[in-house]
Amino acid sequence: MPKDQDTKDSGIGAASKRREDIRFLTGTGNYTDDINVNGQAYVHFLRSDVAHGRLKSVDTSVAKEMPGVVRIFTSADLEGVGGIPTGWQITDRFGEVMQEPAHPVLATEKVRHVGDPIAAIVAETPEQARNAAEAITLDIEELPAVIDMKAALNDGATKVHDDLTSNLCFDWGFVEDNREAVDQAIKDAAHVTTLELVNNRLVANPMEPRVAIGDFNRATGDSTLYTTSQNPHVIRLLMGAFVLGIPEHKLRVVAPDVGGGFGSKIYHYAEEAFCTFAAKALNRAVKWTSSRSEAFMSDAQGRDHVTKIELALDGDNNFTAIRTETYSNMGAYLSTFAPAIPTWLHGTLMAGNYKTPLIYVNVKAVFTNTVAVDAYRGAGRPEATYQLERVIDKAARELGLDPIALRRQNFVTEFPYATPVAVEYDTGDYGATMDKLIEIADLAGFDARRAASAEAGKLRGLGVNCYIEACGIAPSNLVGQLGARAGLYDSATVRVNATGGLTVMTGAHSHGQGHETSFPQVIAEMIGIPEDMVEIVHGDTANTPMGMGTYGSRSLAVAGSAMVRATEKIISKAKKIAAHLMEAADADIELKDGQFSVAGTDTSVAWGDVTLAAYVPHNYPLEEIEPGLEETAFYDPANFTYPAGAYACEVEVDPETGKVTIERFSAADDFGNVINPMIVDGQVHGGIGQGIGQALMENCVYDDTGQLLSASFMDYAMPRADDLPFYAVDHSCQTPCTHNPLGVKGCGEAGAIGSPPAVVNAVVDALQSAGKDVTHIDMPLSPARVWAAMQG
Amino acid sequence: MTKVAMTVNGKPVTGEVEGRTLLSSFLREGLGLTGTHVGCDTSQCGACVVHVDGVAVKSCTMLALEAEGAEVATIEGQAAPDGTLNTIQQAFQDHHGLQCGFCTPGMVMSAAALLKDNPKPTEAEIRHYLEGNLCRCTGYHNIVKAIMAASGQDVSVLAAE
Repeated sequence: MPKDQDTKDSGIGAASKRREDIRFLTGTGNYTDDINVNGQAYVHFLRSDVAHGRLKSVDTSVAKEMPGVVRIFTSADLEGVGGIPTGWQITDRFGEVMQEPAHPVLATEKVRHVGDPIAAIVAETPEQARNAAEAITLDIEELPAVIDMKAALNDGATKVHDDLTSNLCFDWGFVEDNREAVDQAIKDAAHVTTLELVNNRLVANPMEPRVAIGDFNRATGDSTLYTTSQNPHVIRLLMGAFVLGIPEHKLRVVAPDVGGGFGSKIYHYAEEAFCTFAAKALNRAVKWTSSRSEAFMSDAQGRDHVTKIELALDGDNNFTAIRTETYSNMGAYLSTFAPAIPTWLHGTLMAGNYKTPLIYVNVKAVFTNTVAVDAYRGAGRPEATYQLERVIDKAARELGLDPIALRRQNFVTEFPYATPVAVEYDTGDYGATMDKLIEIADLAGFDARRAASAEAGKLRGLGVNCYIEACGIAPSNLVGQLGARAGLYDSATVRVNATGGLTVMTGAHSHGQGHETSFPQVIAEMIGIPEDMVEIVHGDTANTPMGMGTYGSRSLAVAGSAMVRATEKIISKAKKIAAHLMEAADADIELKDGQFSVAGTDTSVAWGDVTLAAYVPHNYPLEEIEPGLEETAFYDPANFTYPAGAYACEVEVDPETGKVTIERFSAADDFGNVINPMIVDGQVHGGIGQGIGQALMENCVYDDTGQLLSASFMDYAMPRADDLPFYAVDHSCQTPCTHNPLGVKGCGEAGAIGSPPAVVNAVVDALQSAGKDVTHIDMPLSPARVWAAMQG
Repeated sequence: MTKVAMTVNGKPVTGEVEGRTLLSSFLREGLGLTGTHVGCDTSQCGACVVHVDGVAVKSCTMLALEAEGAEVATIEGQAAPDGTLNTIQQAFQDHHGLQCGFCTPGMVMSAAALLKDNPKPTEAEIRHYLEGNLCRCTGYHNIVKAIMAASGQDVSVLAAE
């Protein structure tokens, strides 16, 4: 498919090749584990191997005498260290704030999940630390593990946290005032479709495991943390202010090249706090490198919802109401943003692309003896999309309607559109993305392909769905009202150097998104200079302005907007300098292709002449403006952005084995304006890969005793190259965002949000085409599950 | 500790290692060649793939001492001395075959091993060959495309492009 935007070779809309690739392709990247600090010691965390137990004693007497051991820390050695904080407080439907348990850096009186850290062994080498860990004797009185969410809420259930009243974190209703009206609408409906489903627990598994290196300079009293983070400023604030009591000016957090995040590297983790603390206590650097096995039992996990959704329709097949009841697993502790995910990032998206007038969402968040659950690519929005797009598909089948036509009939078509779940979509054109999908997916050819599959003994199915998401999180005053304990602006400092090049310091963080390439495209376009005159600096609190980092597809929409605002200030000041140099009025100065000119004349000065004048101000309006050319902007968005689109999946099911293969996958997205179409395509590809992984393969499984059964890549089925197809992706439908200066919406999560329902819809279609009475199968659609469903 | 000697990217190197030291650890910590990455502990992810005597090996699955006397090639030795990317590396950049870059060294080394034995692999052959290399960012689309392009195949008409 031709991509007309690719014809531009520079600036906004160009498929500029990524400059960061050179270091990654030559082995010269600088990931956290590549960093070694002179004299560093190594820490190994001894973790609980039981899911729930009372910690009676930790005997380190033998271990501390082992070769190379520097010191062994338990919770008793962490005096003055606070607990790991939660960044969001939910108020429940009765007006009470959520139950918020303590989360110690090292376990105190209890262990609450397999992997809960108990002791930290610091030694001269990683091997010596591990050897010593083996010599520690633990006395843990095992307690019954709380694993099943509904059982966890039974009267008399064992409590994960003894000091809480129950395992219920909160019982959230949204919009609570709609509850009775929704109940009534469902009673009055001509048809109600009900679906109970599980959104399976996932492990983010960025390919780079987490690493933390704490360092301390006794001469200055400064602490430094090198860490695998998506948001170093957030870590500095949370860890400094709430855990270790280090003010920001004495704490530097560096997140260098980071090997993927997908949400799991947003959060402040105990290991980061420990390494920073221990470096000061020991007056030497302390390094921790997670193994993949540790990652499975210590990185925050994703999804894990159990939901009942009801969709009410009137006699003309218009959606009249949606009611949902969801159990959302928090795990044993509240991770940094955990309470926000099943609530504000899920409930507010339940309208989807449709003009359903009444919606009520109930979410019960539950503590269990499992690893904490927080945002994973999409974060609440995939959970909303999955249930909504599955129940619509089921309704279409029950009513004998074309699922695409039923969707179209109920599309929101007028913008701005205020949903009944508190958000306002600024722009969109859901009919256009559906039309585009039908074209790129060649739905007209499906019947022929189905016949060909049948010839080969395979059942072919087609699944189509829409999605909408809320990105660019978010207006600070709004999220403050919703319980956020942080602002969600972002920032950029644009420094123009004397000879005309620019250095841009941003609060966003790139860990695969290609900011070092795409951000300069914007500035190059604004000034009319080559992209390589702009360099992006990110990932170090010492040289970037306070920003909230990268997640929720927010970098370009929020930090990019800050960069635009700062660059506008630069251009405004540069025009004043140019006006002085050309002895013209400020208002007459135009900037094009890196040249300032006086309107209506052929007088001009080059960008570089102006920047040099700013730093060598011999001929300069010093009485009016300061020398230098450097500006900072903080941008707080007015609203979320609302990317949306339509996805189609074609599967083949082997009726003998239940094995599902993805034959075609197509995505038509509306991301508003696009800066680098090559990077956008890549973001969608990756999201689809993860979404297909969730739908067909991935599953994080605990047994009844809380043992993690899927604790390595041997048991947790990561999608591999031969599990996935080429994808057809298109983002030519563009309704620009109305409230940020670039008109961009964000593209990082769409693929992961939009793809799981397409896959499941397709498998159900395949089975029903063979006369099987299968209306739903829970993800992942493994051969065993599909085969079992086919047997009825 | 035992002395070990091998050739890495054409240069003779020696080091002192424990019997249990993995080749990946020796390369990263012993030689400072941190381009070889370790993404798992079960030999599944392939971020650590290097070539030992011309054969693709997961360096986390081989002891450093087993490489005694061997010719080892890592990602650091793939570009020309002046920094010019080799054909596979250039194809990965041209076709956006990497995002976070962590799996990339292993992908490039695996692709090189594949193309040595099979200069024009089909899409299916590439996908099958890469079963030992995990990528979480790209959904593999552009990795497969880059390898096809590196082998001289026209990728401009891929159905899903």
